[in-house]
Amino acid sequence: MTDARTAAWMTRLRRRSMPFIGAAIFIVLWELFCQLYHVRPVLLPPPSLILQELSLAPLWFAEQAMYTLGITLAGFVVAAVLGVLFAVLITEWAVLDRLLFPLFVALNSVPKVALAPLCIIWFGTGAEPKIAIAFLIAVFAVVIDTILGLRSVPPDTIDLARTLRGSRWKVLTRIKLYCALPHLFAGLKVAMSLALVGAIVGEFVSSQRGLGYVILSAQGMFDTPRVFAAITILAVMGVLLIEAVSIAERLALPWHHSTERPAGH
Amino acid sequence: MIVAQDVAKRFGGETGVTAIEGISLSIAEGEFVSLLGPSGCGKSTFLRCLAGLETITGGSLTIEGKPVDGPPERLGMAFQRDALLDWYNVLDNVLLPADFHGERRSAYEPRAHELLKMAGLTSFAKAYPRALSGGMRQRVAMCRSLLLDPRLLLMDEPFGALDALTRDQLNVDLHRLWERQRMTVLFVTHSISEAVFLSSRIVVFSPRPGKVIEDIKVELPGERKLSVRDSAEFGHYTRHIRGLFESMGLLHD
Ligand SMILES: Nc1ncnc2c1ncn2[C@@H]1O[C@H](COP(=O)(O)OP(=O)(O)OP(=O)(O)O)[C@@H](O)[C@H]1O
Ligand SMILES: [Mg+2]
Repeated sequence: MTDARTAAWMTRLRRRSMPFIGAAIFIVLWELFCQLYHVRPVLLPPPSLILQELSLAPLWFAEQAMYTLGITLAGFVVAAVLGVLFAVLITEWAVLDRLLFPLFVALNSVPKVALAPLCIIWFGTGAEPKIAIAFLIAVFAVVIDTILGLRSVPPDTIDLARTLRGSRWKVLTRIKLYCALPHLFAGLKVAMSLALVGAIVGEFVSSQRGLGYVILSAQGMFDTPRVFAAITILAVMGVLLIEAVSIAERLALPWHHSTERPAGH
Repeated sequence: MIVAQDVAKRFGGETGVTAIEGISLSIAEGEFVSLLGPSGCGKSTFLRCLAGLETITGGSLTIEGKPVDGPPERLGMAFQRDALLDWYNVLDNVLLPADFHGERRSAYEPRAHELLKMAGLTSFAKAYPRALSGGMRQRVAMCRSLLLDPRLLLMDEPFGALDALTRDQLNVDLHRLWERQRMTVLFVTHSISEAVFLSSRIVVFSPRPGKVIEDIKVELPGERKLSVRDSAEFGHYTRHIRGLFESMGLLHD
């Protein structure tokens, strides 16, 4: 009994530690490469130098990261809420679908980066234009996946709902939204990483704060280690944000995971 | 209760597939009617027309004098795949019809528990469907279709995917239930012995386009035990129906 439990625990530990081992190998190879070939830090700083850069002003980096994180989350939340609403409107009313969906696709085909300067004109230079860009870049993924999900109700379930003579509201809230959840979360993961991209783009265009600003200003001074320090924080932040969505998914869909068999056996 | 006159259903316009044609049938309140017929002959289609899920393209179809134009009131339906909602636990699945009818959940909870107890699922009330076996899922689906005391129960091969043993048990349960409640049941099946065991009447369809080729009244002792299947009358009915299938060229030795 306890043996089995220790064994299970060991497998879990091993599986959990895999990604870290992968990252560690990557970092060690990078360090070796820089040291052996004496690469100039302006071109590619070794990880040790990046770490040193981070440790020189940890609070300042944390402050910039927090700013970017705030923009990302705000853009993400707005994209998630409006995206789901839009998807529901479009799937519930065929007229709206025909009226608005082509327009939506057309608008989405415009490169959002090109809209960034416009956002500055419309919203000024505070946080709002950056949130708007993060939202614009992220919302498409939410809408497309939610529409797919809302239309993925199995035929038998639709028949069941019809024979029960429920209102459209009941069908939407008891059946369609639940069917959409797994697709919605797939879309939210994409949207989260896109929102991060949007936040950085916004900060590139105009900002005195945030990791995008750090990258841009350090680049201007050929301070490559600082650029890499900001990029490292971004990478870690991206992984953590996606992981957060995955955890939310597990909490929101207990029926999907609670009885899942352990993989591989 | 149900009157079908020359009912036809064609899918997809003039050149489409005619699933059923010229079906005339009247079913009285409280009958247990099985529909038997070769695969693809339109049994499901006829059931779906009755449930208001398809519109007929010919003839007339009335339930209690009213033409069918949408799912009728007090209808219970059981599907081949149980159509349980994965995101609700067993109890919530059973209570779904009450929820959809805008009834108060608490008013129907005792009834739901009673049905689950009858189905031997009391200890699974809080389990998700994913954790249940095929037979248990089908029993939950049956509880769900019975929650609001339907007057008409339409069942499309509800036990088709189950093993023989579970199927026998559910047959006994279903028959006992019908004896007690006497709702009208239309039951589609591929199994001749299942049809004879359960029904008060068996309607045999021809190959597509489906027509009624035989309407058999089944007279077996009221209280049915599985042993009835070894009786001479039972064998008489199954032999007769198998003979019909042979004469349609659907079975050879
Ligand atoms: N939605 C549909 N569109 C087009 N054709 C259909 C549709 N539904 C059924 N059909 C056709 O109608 C015919 C009858 O189908 P139906 O499902 O009623 O048969 P069935 O008697 O229930 O068969 P089985 O015993 O295999 O379930 C089939 O030939 C099928 O191809
Ligand atoms: Mg069928």
